[in-house]
Amino acid sequence: MIIKGGIVYDPANGIYGDEMDLFIDKGRMVEAAKGEEIDARGLLVMPGGVDAHSHIAGKKVNTGRIMRPDDARIGTEPRTAVCRPSTGYTVPNCYAMGYRYARMGYTTAFEAATPILEARHTHEELEEIPIIDKGALTLFGNNWQVMECVRDKDLTKLAAYVAWGLRAAKGYGVKIVNPGGGEAWGFGGNVKSQNDIVPNFDVTPAEIIVGLAKANEMLNLPHSIHLHFNNLGKPGNYTTAIETLDLLKDLKPSRMRQVVHVAHMQFSAYGGTSWRDFESKAPAIADYFNCHNHATMDMGQLLFGSATTMTADAPLEYGNARLTHNKWSNHDIELEESSGVVPMVYNRKMLVNAVQWAIGLELALLVKDPWKVLMTTDHPNGSPFVNYPEVITLLMSKPKRDLEMATLHEQVPKRTTLAGMEREMDWTDIAIMTRAAPARVLGLEDKGHLGPGADGDVSIYDLRPEEVDTSLDHVLVKKALANAKYTIKGGVVVSKEGQILATPPGRTFWVDAAVPQADTDRLMVDLEEKFAKYYSIQIANYAVQDAYLPHAQIIRAGLPVLSEVA
Amino acid sequence: MSEAIMIRDAVCSFCGCLCDDINVEVEDGKIQRVRHACRLGSSKIMGHARIQSPMIRKNGVLVAASFQEAYDKAAEILLAAAKPLLYGWASTSCEAAKKGILLAEEVGGVLDSTATVCHGPSVIGIEEKGLPGATLGQVKNRADTIVFWGCNPAEAHPRHSLRYSSNSCGKFTPEGREGRKIIVVDVRETKTSKNADKFIRICPGSDYEVISALRMLIAGKGESVPDEVGGVLKADLADIAATLKAAKFGAVFFGLGITHSRGRYKNIDNALSLVAELNSHSKFVIMPMRGHYNVGGIGQVLAWSSGYPMSVDFTRGGPYFNPGETSACDLLARRDVDAALIIAADAVSNFPRATAKALAGIPVIQIDPYENPTTLLSDVVIPSAIAGVEVEGTAYRMDGLALRLRKMVDCSLPSDEDILMGILESVHKQRQMTANEGA
Amino acid sequence: MISGRTLAQGAGCESKMSTDFFKAVAICHLSEKDFKSLGLSEGRNVLLKNEFGQVVLTAKKDAGLPDSMVFIPMGPWANVLVGTETGGCGTPHFKGLEVEVAATNSPVLNIRELFFGLGA
Repeated sequence: MIIKGGIVYDPANGIYGDEMDLFIDKGRMVEAAKGEEIDARGLLVMPGGVDAHSHIAGKKVNTGRIMRPDDARIGTEPRTAVCRPSTGYTVPNCYAMGYRYARMGYTTAFEAATPILEARHTHEELEEIPIIDKGALTLFGNNWQVMECVRDKDLTKLAAYVAWGLRAAKGYGVKIVNPGGGEAWGFGGNVKSQNDIVPNFDVTPAEIIVGLAKANEMLNLPHSIHLHFNNLGKPGNYTTAIETLDLLKDLKPSRMRQVVHVAHMQFSAYGGTSWRDFESKAPAIADYFNCHNHATMDMGQLLFGSATTMTADAPLEYGNARLTHNKWSNHDIELEESSGVVPMVYNRKMLVNAVQWAIGLELALLVKDPWKVLMTTDHPNGSPFVNYPEVITLLMSKPKRDLEMATLHEQVPKRTTLAGMEREMDWTDIAIMTRAAPARVLGLEDKGHLGPGADGDVSIYDLRPEEVDTSLDHVLVKKALANAKYTIKGGVVVSKEGQILATPPGRTFWVDAAVPQADTDRLMVDLEEKFAKYYSIQIANYAVQDAYLPHAQIIRAGLPVLSEVA
Repeated sequence: MSEAIMIRDAVCSFCGCLCDDINVEVEDGKIQRVRHACRLGSSKIMGHARIQSPMIRKNGVLVAASFQEAYDKAAEILLAAAKPLLYGWASTSCEAAKKGILLAEEVGGVLDSTATVCHGPSVIGIEEKGLPGATLGQVKNRADTIVFWGCNPAEAHPRHSLRYSSNSCGKFTPEGREGRKIIVVDVRETKTSKNADKFIRICPGSDYEVISALRMLIAGKGESVPDEVGGVLKADLADIAATLKAAKFGAVFFGLGITHSRGRYKNIDNALSLVAELNSHSKFVIMPMRGHYNVGGIGQVLAWSSGYPMSVDFTRGGPYFNPGETSACDLLARRDVDAALIIAADAVSNFPRATAKALAGIPVIQIDPYENPTTLLSDVVIPSAIAGVEVEGTAYRMDGLALRLRKMVDCSLPSDEDILMGILESVHKQRQMTANEGA
Repeated sequence: MISGRTLAQGAGCESKMSTDFFKAVAICHLSEKDFKSLGLSEGRNVLLKNEFGQVVLTAKKDAGLPDSMVFIPMGPWANVLVGTETGGCGTPHFKGLEVEVAATNSPVLNIRELFFGLGA
């Protein structure tokens, strides 16, 4: 395949809006190829979009669907000759997820939180999502085995467990959500800071985070730890964020990447002592990111309208339910995690929501290096992913932000610094935040760029970067981003002008990390006891069987010497 | 004579407990012994009389046919129908469910599961209020207070109490039954109530009132509660309310006693509210006791495929869901469907008589390992291999946990999944032929 | 009348055409007092009747049942007495139905007899 004459943004390869031809052969980018020609003359061309944090599969997503038939109704699209039917807006069915990402020019999305015990379910849904490549991060932050290893300061056993857990869950990386809080929630409690003692386990969240970060680097995993802070969603929590990040600043990464990725930073950049004096602390957070290089974040942008909040931070969801009097689902997972789901409507006239909206944008605009900030809405917590074009245009257009600001609660300019912010992002910034950076943050070498050997994932938009004024023509830009002119996945045109043309199955990435057998042997003694006494299933039935990943893409990691031997 | 093979830690595919510690001894391709399973599980795994061959009804009599003939006839029936019902799905794998949904989309039918006559009201309650739940292991490790409301696990889920609930031992519950308070609420004494510390007998159909009274007492508004509610003295209710509030970790398990009685989904809505409110005093979770082993699984697969967990109408192209309108019993009672495919469920036995009678008036395709009253009314009967005994697959436990079913022995019959694919292929073939004739 | 699962019903529900299933399910539990006041003895049958239908079942004493309540194992015999109304939620009332109960000399229909002529 030849993509002719596009204006290409491929920041990972130092290409910033050059007119050039691209070639794809056997699903990969190559230097030259023949075949189908796609006329992209003068049009915006980028690598396929990569979403590094989105809740797209698993128990809590399906719980969202089951408790929200109202939401399912919103997005109903009938079956076609190519497509299965679509439903849903904040919690779309699996098919809609694949089609809607593809329509926007996205070709990869990672599920952000899966307990090992329920990973089988996650993979059942991932496999059902057509077109896009995917992976699932595995939850470790409230896991008994993890806390015991951290308490005993047994780092090699911890690393062996992380490797074992990723293999059992067919997971991609280490996710930590409100460490210690999920365990405390087992008896209805929570932890109030990163230095609280987790009840019954004699460890602190800070120790869990540092322990897992060290294990992560010992294992040389492609992704860093992926962290949802303690106290998320609470006024004044920005200090928790900064203090927690500071715990990790001297750790050496094992690869050319961050040591910690902060999930949905917006929800942890709050000042004030209560919802009454709630204010943005985005400037303080951005300042920290500007002065340090060990951390990246994704925005977790909130948009007005319907959302479904879902997180492994179960006490947070209980709080949401109490606050909104909305329906509430909770799901504790034995020995491992807790989680919750609550529907939400964000209102532009509600001061708290309006300030939250501003904080996400402030963070992205104040952090100078776009490689440190990924564009997300923490789908569907801040807003469903179909609204990415809205977020992108807000970042690119001050006039659009001003228009929005005029409709918000009048206190927003006093509680945030957004009104005075002049920065308008360009296509290079956007290509980094939606393609190059998420791929680099995740450690996906063949994603997010268009160099030879990269996956043949390309999006072409009906926009002429050399002509369009992204500041003034934001309506046009948003429309063009919503439906790519072409989305090419692995060398196949999967979507054209909003119409799905092909639905190849996507691959699922997971990480197999090698560890010394002696560490695994020591670990197995602990695990066998846990299964005999505490788990409600047998160890033999625990790990996700290969049958659930017919399109697996295994990434090897672990001790370099051992992996060479293997 | 071949040597006996021991299959360890297999998953029992009878009830929603999905016990996964079953050991099975196989010799000469036959199951000789089953260990660890309860009477229900052993009975299923050891096996019953089976349908031997596909059959098609000719002149009122079921006559043996080939599988291909049966697939073709089934496809013909589904294609001729304006609104076929595809019902059952509780006792088969998720892999079969996926193919069934595809078939329902393809022929424009309504797909409903046996949840519609069991925990369908629970699903509607969850749509109203959400489900504050947990995995069963969480209950085992933490629960010091357990309520069984309108359910009788001693007969319906025999190993539930020992593996997961009242009599199980875990990290924070080393004393097992001794360390727990067990409350049973029912309209009659049962084997389960005999294991209770406190048995509350309520009048039939008064679940809603009793739950409301408990909510009032827990909220500190006891003065508004009359002296007796649903046949229970206020003092007893106050006692229960105090026990629930004092729990470190409480769990409510509920069954068809509450979904099948007056109030139906409103009872569940109220119970879910009770549990949500209890969380401001203590940690509390609630869980429906799912009957058939994979009735949870069809709900999960349907939800991620269509957005809705049961009663999904695909006749309009896009999925549409409205219980009462798109649920199997209502469709049949209104004579609103003109053919039915019944798989892994015995609709004729389990529906009200008049509803079953409606099935007799339309062409019926049955896919099942066993002969049952549905067979008596069927026009096409296709025998299948048993998921979890003869074929692998996925099932979801009552707490939503997915487990891999094992294959224990070979079977010459096709799986439900294979049969549905056979019908689907025949549908494609017959459509193509019709299109060619038209051209 | 209430209907529900029993161990024997569950164990037999995959061999519904068998006599074991018939013995386990075609029965009606009554309280000791009701059993006596209807003049029943073990092995005698009762006729249950309501607006939806009527069915003959073998009577059985059940000390756990309160008076004026009968329990029938879930299945085709109980369902003769269940109506089609679902109140818009898809699920009929399988429990809490009013029925008249009387002793009878009529025989209990076996499963084939129970469904004989249903299609007609």
